[in-house]
Amino acid sequence: MRLYAICVYLFLYIPIGIIALFSFNAGRHASQFMGFSTQWYGKALNNPFVMDALETSLLAAFITACLASTLGTMAAIALQGVKGWLRTLFDAMIYIAIMIPGIVIGIATLIALVTVFGWLNPLLASLWPDGANPPQLSMGMPTLVAAHTMFTMALVIIIVRARLSGMDRALMEASADLFATPWGTFRQVTLPLIAPAILAGFLLSFTFSFDDFIIAFFVAGSETTLPIYIFSSIRRGVTPEINAIGTMVMGASLLLLVAAQLLLRRGASKSNN
Amino acid sequence: MTERGRKALLLAPAGIWLLVMLALPLLVVFVFSFGERGAAGGYVPAFTLEQYANLPARWTAFKNTLILAPLGTIAALVIAYPLAYFLAVRCSPKWRTSLLILVIVPFWTSILIRSYAWIFILGGRGLPALLESIGIDDIRLINTPFAVLVGIVYGYLPLMVFPIFVSLDKLDKRLLEASADLGSTPWRTFRQVTLPLSVPGIATGCMLVFILLMGEFLIPAILGGGKVFFVGNALVDLFLQSRNWAYGSAVAMTLVVVMLVTVSIYMKFISRLGGQRQDVSLM
Repeated sequence: MRLYAICVYLFLYIPIGIIALFSFNAGRHASQFMGFSTQWYGKALNNPFVMDALETSLLAAFITACLASTLGTMAAIALQGVKGWLRTLFDAMIYIAIMIPGIVIGIATLIALVTVFGWLNPLLASLWPDGANPPQLSMGMPTLVAAHTMFTMALVIIIVRARLSGMDRALMEASADLFATPWGTFRQVTLPLIAPAILAGFLLSFTFSFDDFIIAFFVAGSETTLPIYIFSSIRRGVTPEINAIGTMVMGASLLLLVAAQLLLRRGASKSNN
Repeated sequence: MTERGRKALLLAPAGIWLLVMLALPLLVVFVFSFGERGAAGGYVPAFTLEQYANLPARWTAFKNTLILAPLGTIAALVIAYPLAYFLAVRCSPKWRTSLLILVIVPFWTSILIRSYAWIFILGGRGLPALLESIGIDDIRLINTPFAVLVGIVYGYLPLMVFPIFVSLDKLDKRLLEASADLGSTPWRTFRQVTLPLSVPGIATGCMLVFILLMGEFLIPAILGGGKVFFVGNALVDLFLQSRNWAYGSAVAMTLVVVMLVTVSIYMKFISRLGGQRQDVSLM
């Protein structure tokens, strides 16, 4: 039994280990180890295309995480005690956002936005004063962030709602009885209690947006995110440089996830006391 | 401000966001699936069932998905169950949490990079070279259904282990002792006590993996080399290469319907079991 478990863990970690190992390969060939070197890390970090893609990904992930955790938390708090059609509508949309494959969300967003922009652009042009260049709506960073925020916001609502439902409502009632304003109650009672969940939601949203390939592939327009860069490089062949990038990306995601995990754990133990 | 007004103000941004970025796009796909292809690609409004009638043209993609997704799910289940059993029943509690985190961690790192790792292992200089040295020649692994299957199992194993672990962990261990005390062999205890009680976890894991597999694009794209493609790959081709939006929308709608049917079968199955849906939290 134990031997079997070890085998499964090897199965899970050997591929990751191989990527990390080959990223330190001194040789050019991706599949033959020629000695230790960190040159590919240097090459990757000095490659302007990689750095551009990294910047795009980090920016998109950061804005997505900010928007998703703010709007998601607001919605989760407001949804407390809401019943009827509004509740059904929200639950249905959150459920659909999580269930529908990313690829369908990607293409649906692409064709919907391209169609809407196709109507809006002539309209904007006709409203604009003559001579000035009217703005052209097109797929790019804003549409990428909008699509990522849609999905991650649904995740944040679920996480924060779970935290709120585990919370003692008497605390908030007591606060109101002691003449705290709704804002005061939120800031001094609710927020400290749900802060770990919000932060975990923020980190999850960041990781999702940073790692996502399929939605970005459709809605990023001319922007290249890091996963899109990696995917198109793989299509052209495997290089140690991609291994170096992959190792760095996995390392960074791991750090974020461990942080999110610790925050959720600490939050849970605090509320149990 | 009234309580109602405050709630509306808090809910509005998220609500509008979901309507514009989720409900509207899905509605567009639904409407477009009844349309026609424009001369230069894109979409021309129409009401026709032609696109749906044309679905058999992409039969290979549906066939591959409908064969490899269930096969991958079953393979993941077969590999995951003993591990989940080990973690929940046999493993010492001291190690349990760490070992469980070790299962989940890969799931949260880029599936793109993890699938790509298998190009090394299954490619010419990886396993085939190793097999050649022990006398098995001419084995092609990369760009075969087998490679895609390995990628699938590798990618989704954590998602299968976790729900099964949860259901086995909840299981009252005294039941196992009682069964043993009553003279059952370990195998019989497993078959008549453990296995039936972990069915909800098995069902949840299978459904999660199956649903994600139905929409899979990356694993077949990286490990199938254009030879083994899923519906997801057909969709990318239809929207980004041939720009046939109407037909692509019909394919996407069909995929969603197949998935919804699967989920409702699962829900029926679970409610018949009388068990509650298990909460799966991967964080």
